[in-house]
Amino acid sequence: MMNFFKRYILPRFIQWVIVIFVGVTVVFFVPRLSPMDPVQTTLRRLSSVGTTNPRAVEDLREVLADLYGLEGSLLEQYISYWNRIIHFDLGPSLAMFPTPVMKVIKTSLPWTVGLMITSIVIGWLLGIILGTLIGYFSNKKWLQVLDKIIISIYPIPYYIMALLLVLLFAYFIPIFPLIGGAGIGMNPSFSWSFIMSVVKHGFLPAVSLILINMGFSFITQKALTSTLVSSDFVTYAESAAIPRRIILFQYILRNSLLPHVTDLSLSLGSVFSGALITEFVFSYPGLGQVLYTAIMQGDFNLMMGITIFSVAGIATATLIIDLLYPLLDPRIRYK
Amino acid sequence: MTVLKDLFLHDRKFRIGFIIIILILIIAFLSFISPYEPDERSMPRKNLEPSWEHWLGTNATGQDIFWILTFAVRNSLFVALVSALISRCIAMVNGLFSGYIGGKTDRVLSTLTDSFIVVPRLPLLILLSFIFKDNITLLFMGLLLGFLDWAWPSKRYRSQILSLKEREFTFTAIFSGMKTPKVIYKEHFPFLIPYMMADIISGFLWAIGMEITLSALGLTNLNISTIGTMIYWANYYQSMLQGRWNWLGPPIIASILTVLSLYLLSDSIGAFLDPRTKLKRIMGGGIIRCQ
Amino acid sequence: MPIVEAKDVSAHYITNVYGIEREVNAVDNVSLSINKNEILGIAGESGCGKTTLLKVLFKMINPPLKILGGKVEYNLNNKKFDILTLSDEGFRHIRWRNASYIPQGSMNVLNPVRRIKSTFRDFVGTHCRMGKREIDEMALEHLNDLSLPPQVMDAYPHQLSGGMRQRVTIALATILKPDLIFADEPTTALDVIVQRVVIQLMRKIQSEEKSSLLIVTHDMAIQANLTDRIAIMYAGKIIEEGKTKEIFKNPIHYYTQFLVGSLPKIGDKSHRISIPGSPPPLNNPPPGCRFHERCPEAEEHCKQEIPPLIDVGDGHKVACFKCTANERVVV
Repeated sequence: MMNFFKRYILPRFIQWVIVIFVGVTVVFFVPRLSPMDPVQTTLRRLSSVGTTNPRAVEDLREVLADLYGLEGSLLEQYISYWNRIIHFDLGPSLAMFPTPVMKVIKTSLPWTVGLMITSIVIGWLLGIILGTLIGYFSNKKWLQVLDKIIISIYPIPYYIMALLLVLLFAYFIPIFPLIGGAGIGMNPSFSWSFIMSVVKHGFLPAVSLILINMGFSFITQKALTSTLVSSDFVTYAESAAIPRRIILFQYILRNSLLPHVTDLSLSLGSVFSGALITEFVFSYPGLGQVLYTAIMQGDFNLMMGITIFSVAGIATATLIIDLLYPLLDPRIRYK
Repeated sequence: MTVLKDLFLHDRKFRIGFIIIILILIIAFLSFISPYEPDERSMPRKNLEPSWEHWLGTNATGQDIFWILTFAVRNSLFVALVSALISRCIAMVNGLFSGYIGGKTDRVLSTLTDSFIVVPRLPLLILLSFIFKDNITLLFMGLLLGFLDWAWPSKRYRSQILSLKEREFTFTAIFSGMKTPKVIYKEHFPFLIPYMMADIISGFLWAIGMEITLSALGLTNLNISTIGTMIYWANYYQSMLQGRWNWLGPPIIASILTVLSLYLLSDSIGAFLDPRTKLKRIMGGGIIRCQ
Repeated sequence: MPIVEAKDVSAHYITNVYGIEREVNAVDNVSLSINKNEILGIAGESGCGKTTLLKVLFKMINPPLKILGGKVEYNLNNKKFDILTLSDEGFRHIRWRNASYIPQGSMNVLNPVRRIKSTFRDFVGTHCRMGKREIDEMALEHLNDLSLPPQVMDAYPHQLSGGMRQRVTIALATILKPDLIFADEPTTALDVIVQRVVIQLMRKIQSEEKSSLLIVTHDMAIQANLTDRIAIMYAGKIIEEGKTKEIFKNPIHYYTQFLVGSLPKIGDKSHRISIPGSPPPLNNPPPGCRFHERCPEAEEHCKQEIPPLIDVGDGHKVACFKCTANERVVV
């Protein structure tokens, strides 16, 4: 067991640390390339409200620079940045000063996470199920039609697909609302009407996400199943008249699951970068919207905060699947 | 050439994809004989319905939609081409070094690759586009996209090379005294090159998707006509609400046709290169061993 | 009383890829019977159609394989029926309980993500109403009979050696005590020591259960050691058939003589001769006797007509015009 830990688990932990480190560093440096100066922006905004004493402005500038983490040389900023991250302090949002970044993220996160996790998982499952069916029953007509439809949808850029869905179902045939996460003026609660409203508003975005996520699982699973169907052990099991149900689940699915688990973890890990386009097209109040506005307004801290979540999310997701692998594939477990 | 002929005649996917992409290319090349300059505007002609003079009508700034579309298609394809080439070149070099040299080099390069994979591309692209806004030329956009798309292909190439290294024919070649560069060139390349060619198309697909997305969000140089910027301007001038489908429709349809045809092509070429069907094809008059 | 009778079976592989159509005549007009309580061997070089024949006999027909004609009659419990016309559902009852199969290349025939225990539960549980516990016990006992240690039950296939995996597949095939067992190259890719164990095992099982065993292998030594009767196949057709001892003592067909003669005898230092040429392409077989291009005594006649399988006495059959016309001189 100890040997296994050293050989398999430890290198991956180290990799996880390095990847997060590099990711955070990149996230730190890139916004600083922007020509926008957040201190200036804030000052301009404040001074537009009323007249201000020039000396007070100077003091304020220093204070702001310090608060925003922009004081001192680049190296000093970098170190103090890491210092704060370790304490889970992502600083204040520059555009919505003094609201802390954490708070902003906390409010918008549930919308994004809820929508995305449901859609990603459903899309993933659907893709695997349909892929297996068409791989195994390759001569059923309706499956062939379904196959052609799905591979036609798969390459379409997400933005275009989302746009088409909005056009078709919120505009031409107005079944679904055009914007928002829930009815305007509704208070989040566990009441039936609120939940229904959430579902109604989230339906189209969810469908768009499901269609996109389904594509990849479907194509991969179809290929895997086709290969497995003619493999030695499946032919052998079929020659012994083992029931189809067992063959599909124990022989085909169990042997094709691994790449899908990888895929799922990566998809889930990217939840934090927010369904940016989705939320843009459907005007959904989640992390993606927040990120978009943050970029537009040059809100360094918020941008960095969200991106850090995203980097950590993906790295952790990769680590988790790497750790799950031995559980799923006995060949790795018992080398 | 016989390969293309075979594919065209017998594989329906390839046929359809091929025909559509030729259509798209024709549209793109028509831009060279456009009677209008891309940035010419003319107020009296704005918002005209499709007619014999203006096949798809005109838009809110008086430009002929059809001819703007030709520029749009051309430019979008250009960006995608640059991106695909750059990303696959980087990926190829990275993958080859990582896979063949192995050891420390492999570990360093792999960690570098993994770090690039982890960084979320869309937010980064949005940020970079926003920073450079109006200075983004088509070439720059292509380079930018290319620079962010090499990580996954690099991983794929590396794993292909690793698997080829373990194959028996490689061992046979080495044990019979073939020098390593020759083994790579003679034994592996004939497989790697077609694989990479099929992979370039997927790079193309991603780049087109990204360009459309970024432009439609308003983040690139909106004065250059691309499929994405067409959609942006159409939305900006509320063509959806005003029912002016002759403006919003064509770029959407063009984008769908382009990606669909490219995907069909890559799929059928991929199936063609698949060793199992290849074998059935080559067995000309030779002995077929039954099992 | 034959337990299986194949009459004029033809099976071809038909493919159509990118406009190129190919038809391989793997099995051409083959007739064969397997008797109760006997071990029949099918011999011949690689690519002659023996595995395809076995697949047809056990109704493992998947595209691109296609049956073009003939009957395969099973005679079980005093009922005779043609399995080729039977539906897949109908044949289900016979699989594994009355007829089972030991595959070629046991390297990959066991599900890599399931323990041997579970594989037994799958195979046995499909055909018998038994609880998991019962199946496990039965399997354990059976493995013991085959000298496999009990730890095998909890192992994954990749943890077992090739020989052990082969014995596991033999165990799977014999656990329900079927009347008929088809074995496809069960000893290829095994070392000689394990080969011996496997042969002895199969002999033991067959004699205990009085079942019929059809064993396909190109290894003439195995044929000599195990089988009661042999059928020699060449290029999709059976060219000689008879009791094993007869065939080895008195091979009639030119090809058989070479096959038998290829086995080295200890102390014999004479020069081994191999037949010139190579087997004909099966997508375009030559007219007449398939062997005529390599036969040193071929005549005009042989190039035009296909020689039928003729009984030259005591069940010894040959398909050769020359051989059955007059007394052959052994080369």
